[in-house]
Amino acid sequence: MNSYALIPFLPLAAFVINILFGRKYLKENAHWVSILAVAGSWVLAVMALVDVLGGNTINFDLYTWMLSGGFKVSVGFLIDQLTVVMLIVVTTCSTLIHIYSVGYMHGDSGYYRFFAYLSLFTFSMLMLVMANNFLQLYFGWEGVGLCSYFLIGYYFNKKSASDAGKKAFIVNRFGDFGFGLGIFVVFLTFGTVYYEPVFSQAGGLAEATFNFLGYDVHLMTLIALLLFCGSVGKSAQIPLHVWLPDAMEGPTPVSALIHAATMVTAGVFLVARCSPIFSLSETALMVVALTGAITSLFAATIGLVQNDLKRIIAYSTVSQLGYMFLACGVGAYTAGIFHLYTHAFFKALLFLCAGSVMHAMGGELDIQKMGNLKKYMPVTYMTMLIASFSISGIPGLAGFFSKDEILWMAYAGESPVGKFVWAIGTLVAFLTAFYSFRLIFLTFHGKFRGTHDQEHHLHESPKSMTIPLMLLCVGAVAAGWVGIPALIGEKIGVHNYIAEFMKPVLGHPEGHGTHAEEMVVMLISIAVGLAGIGLAYFMYILRPELPARLAQQLSAVYRVLFNKYYVDELYSFIIVRPAIWIAKNVLIGITDARIIEAVVNGVPSAIAAFSSGLRKIQTGLMQHYATIMATGILIIVAIMLLR
Amino acid sequence: MVPLHWYLTLSAAVFMIGMFGFLTRRNIIIMFMSVELMLNAVNISLVSFSHYLQDMRGHILVFFVITVAAAEAAIGLAIIISLFRNKQTAHVDEMNEMKG
Repeated sequence: MNSYALIPFLPLAAFVINILFGRKYLKENAHWVSILAVAGSWVLAVMALVDVLGGNTINFDLYTWMLSGGFKVSVGFLIDQLTVVMLIVVTTCSTLIHIYSVGYMHGDSGYYRFFAYLSLFTFSMLMLVMANNFLQLYFGWEGVGLCSYFLIGYYFNKKSASDAGKKAFIVNRFGDFGFGLGIFVVFLTFGTVYYEPVFSQAGGLAEATFNFLGYDVHLMTLIALLLFCGSVGKSAQIPLHVWLPDAMEGPTPVSALIHAATMVTAGVFLVARCSPIFSLSETALMVVALTGAITSLFAATIGLVQNDLKRIIAYSTVSQLGYMFLACGVGAYTAGIFHLYTHAFFKALLFLCAGSVMHAMGGELDIQKMGNLKKYMPVTYMTMLIASFSISGIPGLAGFFSKDEILWMAYAGESPVGKFVWAIGTLVAFLTAFYSFRLIFLTFHGKFRGTHDQEHHLHESPKSMTIPLMLLCVGAVAAGWVGIPALIGEKIGVHNYIAEFMKPVLGHPEGHGTHAEEMVVMLISIAVGLAGIGLAYFMYILRPELPARLAQQLSAVYRVLFNKYYVDELYSFIIVRPAIWIAKNVLIGITDARIIEAVVNGVPSAIAAFSSGLRKIQTGLMQHYATIMATGILIIVAIMLLR
Repeated sequence: MVPLHWYLTLSAAVFMIGMFGFLTRRNIIIMFMSVELMLNAVNISLVSFSHYLQDMRGHILVFFVITVAAAEAAIGLAIIISLFRNKQTAHVDEMNEMKG
């Protein structure tokens, strides 16, 4: 057996051990099992990386899952360039966040349960990225969704948390419905769900159409859009973005691992994995690009005015995911995956810093009640500052390279909407820098605005939390150095390694532009980043009374943004309330009371009535039985005689 | 000439009266009389077949039955009388000392 099969199964083993023995035996030691397992996966993932760098692509079936006529599905693993990048992202973030959780979750009553779920999540996520067929991908996809539900609702005795878990699960149903249909269409078209034959045959069917209700639908567009439905749900794009901000009810390490670094990027991974299909449909690519661009702008504007520490970062995640889709939509899958990879580090770091702040503030999340924390928490401050510089696209840090790559590809690529999404992307870069530094300035600078008790309690977090912060910080700084664009790389003698590495899987479209243009695009993106930081500095450090005045003057705009464009209210009005009305009046009132209960209660009561009649002849008196027998004999004889 | 099945019908009717009497009544004297009715129903069918087949063996058997019935009646009545003396009742439901 190939030892790479152990990559997902080590965390699965940890899950089984923790869930079976955690409550009684492991208790406060539960983290050892999970951390060792996921660290083992990390080591194997690094070995896989070395293997793939050496030019090997690994594709093997471990076990036949289903075999029915011509339909065959296996538990099988495909480790190519794309998978290996995801493996590194997932196992690295997962390992560091596991370690961080030791400090963060210390003393929690569900300690073993938390680690068991984290391990199960890691297993599902690894199954997702390592699948060599669509059905196993779907298995992992639903597995991570389930773990996300478990972990959002981890504090299940808190109503808002259990509601948020349900919301995440139900909203994802909408997307997964489309994804499931997409897999059906893939099977109908290609007769298999394995990636390899599907992608190699896709080119031959580029012009094929599919008759649906009398309309000829372009087959590849149909498949791509159905698969993209799943991505929209999982990666929280418009219109299914509503679950991700609420998902912040979960413990912070969960927000960092699942709702920033790994699970939510599964949608981007799916689009990149299916790039041979997406590339055949211009319509689908345009939809992807526009969805990404609009989502990133939409979420960034909401992020400007929120006051909840974690929600700001959540909107920032939605916005950055939009960026990745934007990249995929203009055909620059490599740039999208590159941004996924750098984003995982700096966004996980931002969340973990937020967790560290929460830890010090005793669970307080309102940034209006913080301030001047840099004095008490230097490590958290420094790491969060670097992460914010990274996300704002300050040259040299990870976020700069990936964001710049995306913007350049959007500007210079072949996509018909390229220029438009480039403009939105640049605007979003400005907004991102602004809200990231609004967060930094309100939290760490100025005067402390909380209660006296809280101020007294302020402290730096324990080592198990700060060390992962520092390690992720290294990632947030250096992760981008593998993708230095040729424009700069030529001068300092390095290549754009990641683009060359990913080329066999994702291709590498060249931008159609001059060096001068590329330089201008880059300078603009740097300039808007700095402008955003500068504006935040002006508004929150130099003139702290300005934001309130601005909010008053633009109160209509402010209210709309503060209430997240009323999307939740809209959904509540058009979906949730009608659904509850139907449930109450039709399902409970008619189906349940009149139909199901009538059958369920009617059958036993009919049997009871019949048996109570029958019971009367069972008297226990010998004579009665003999009488009945004699009567029976009499009747039989009479029938025989009179026949 | 009375046909055979009239006798047999009479015999069956008497037997049924005896049998249902025995099964449904609770007075031991009546039950005893019902047993006698059943015996006599059998006797009727025996003699009617004997007459129909012109064979005397049926008559002989009937005499045996009458003899045994007479003896049985004597013994049975004696038992009933002694029971009644002990229990002051002729109702079978109250004679349940032997019931397990």
